[in-house]
Amino acid sequence: MTEPVSTLLDRMADALRRHLSAQHITAPALVGIHTGGVWVAEQLHQRLDLNEPLGKLDISFYRDDFSRMGMHPQVRPSSLPFAVDDRHILLVDDVLFTGRTIRAAMNELFDYGRPASVMLAVLVERDGRELPIQAQVVGQHLKLRSDEQVKLRGPDPLRLDIVKLEPAS
Amino acid sequence: MIDQDSPARFRPAAGPLPPSLQFNAQGRLRHLLTIEGLSGALITEILDTAESFAGMNAQAVKKVPLLRGKTVMNLFFEASTRTRTTFELAAKRLSADVLNINISTSATVKGESLLDTLRNLQAMYVDMFVVRHADSGAAHFIARHVAPHVSVLNAGDGRHAHPTQALLDMFTIRRHKGDFTRLKVAIVGDILHSRVARSQIHALNLLNTGEVRVIGPKTLLPAYVEDLGVHVFHDIRAGLRDVDVVIMLRLQKERMESGLLPSEHEFFQLWGLTEERLALAAPDCMVMHPGPANRGVEIDSRVADGPQSVILEQVSHGIAVRMAVMSTIMGGSMNQGSGA
Repeated sequence: MTEPVSTLLDRMADALRRHLSAQHITAPALVGIHTGGVWVAEQLHQRLDLNEPLGKLDISFYRDDFSRMGMHPQVRPSSLPFAVDDRHILLVDDVLFTGRTIRAAMNELFDYGRPASVMLAVLVERDGRELPIQAQVVGQHLKLRSDEQVKLRGPDPLRLDIVKLEPAS
Repeated sequence: MIDQDSPARFRPAAGPLPPSLQFNAQGRLRHLLTIEGLSGALITEILDTAESFAGMNAQAVKKVPLLRGKTVMNLFFEASTRTRTTFELAAKRLSADVLNINISTSATVKGESLLDTLRNLQAMYVDMFVVRHADSGAAHFIARHVAPHVSVLNAGDGRHAHPTQALLDMFTIRRHKGDFTRLKVAIVGDILHSRVARSQIHALNLLNTGEVRVIGPKTLLPAYVEDLGVHVFHDIRAGLRDVDVVIMLRLQKERMESGLLPSEHEFFQLWGLTEERLALAAPDCMVMHPGPANRGVEIDSRVADGPQSVILEQVSHGIAVRMAVMSTIMGGSMNQGSGA
């Protein structure tokens, strides 16, 4: 059902080059969202032959379900090794589903500065958006049932797994 | 003031702590009252979270929205500048609203009046109390009586515990030394009156520190201190030999009248950390002090301001570590019974 991750990454890199040239963006700043998004961003970073180091965001402090779930047990430091002001930022994540993670990532990004633009690239997207958020570049669109979840395993090799969710007890 | 100067009375007045008090039904931390009862894994998790908060200094907006709409009340029955300010900054960087209440300790605060104060403050829809009190057990008492959604954070109670100070010290040690298992750590001075020392000893033990030493005169060491799993030294030169970390404690001058010590000058002669004594420790030994330091009493200025001192780093780390603790316990109290 899912194609090999390397095929998806090649497709994303092609689509990204076209998108960036259409937008006249020569030096995008890549920002991966922990953990899966960082893995995908590292691969795209190589394929696009970018020199500038990759940014990494952990959105735990910006989640909208903190009051229900509490603190995520494994928070990693965010690091953006470049100034965000006036940059064209390419956010990268593994799976786009409700859009809430991307909302949180954008909030965090804007606490670092005012980017010129923000684009979104995802390895996989599935239906179920709860916010008006859309990716510019998508590796693959997956039709999944509501009791199914797609997970990126990695970092080496990267592999997509579709797992069945346990019924909520 | 309550007379607590006899070593036999070192054990906290609150008595044994019900292990459930700090944790909610799902096993998550909802109050932080003491280091006792925590696990090494939980401490590590809090330190990791603090590491992420420390990284926030790179942000143009040094604030995260985690505790937006929550109200934190700093309830200080005992004077403090450093601790209260860093708690206030921590809460503000988490986007909480903060109130500072300083309550004079001129009269002994009896259980009933404390409870009354608490009920009144709770009626103002406070979500978290940060409590400092001169009596051991005060934070526990408050935690037992707050509403289910309210968290209590102990910012120092009598001689009992000062858990966030211990955590920020662990954070500082970990940043410099990494692994605790091979470290020799010495705590020097007035252990008897020190809630900081007690909390540090528990935290160091939970992190499997190689060796924990306490160094001080017999009159300033609590009875049965060996039971905490430390090696006792009554000679500073022997105690400092090869240690990787030395933590100096403040000599609590307000207790000097009680005849435990002849004079500050003699204390410095016998127990003060000088450059010459520090040379007995490992060459890269770090020097810590929870502050406020009495220069020329427990520590020489040349050591306090010297290259091995991390005293000001400890203060900076206090903000990130307190943010980590506040967000962890606030998550725990909001989850009461939700089954998440």
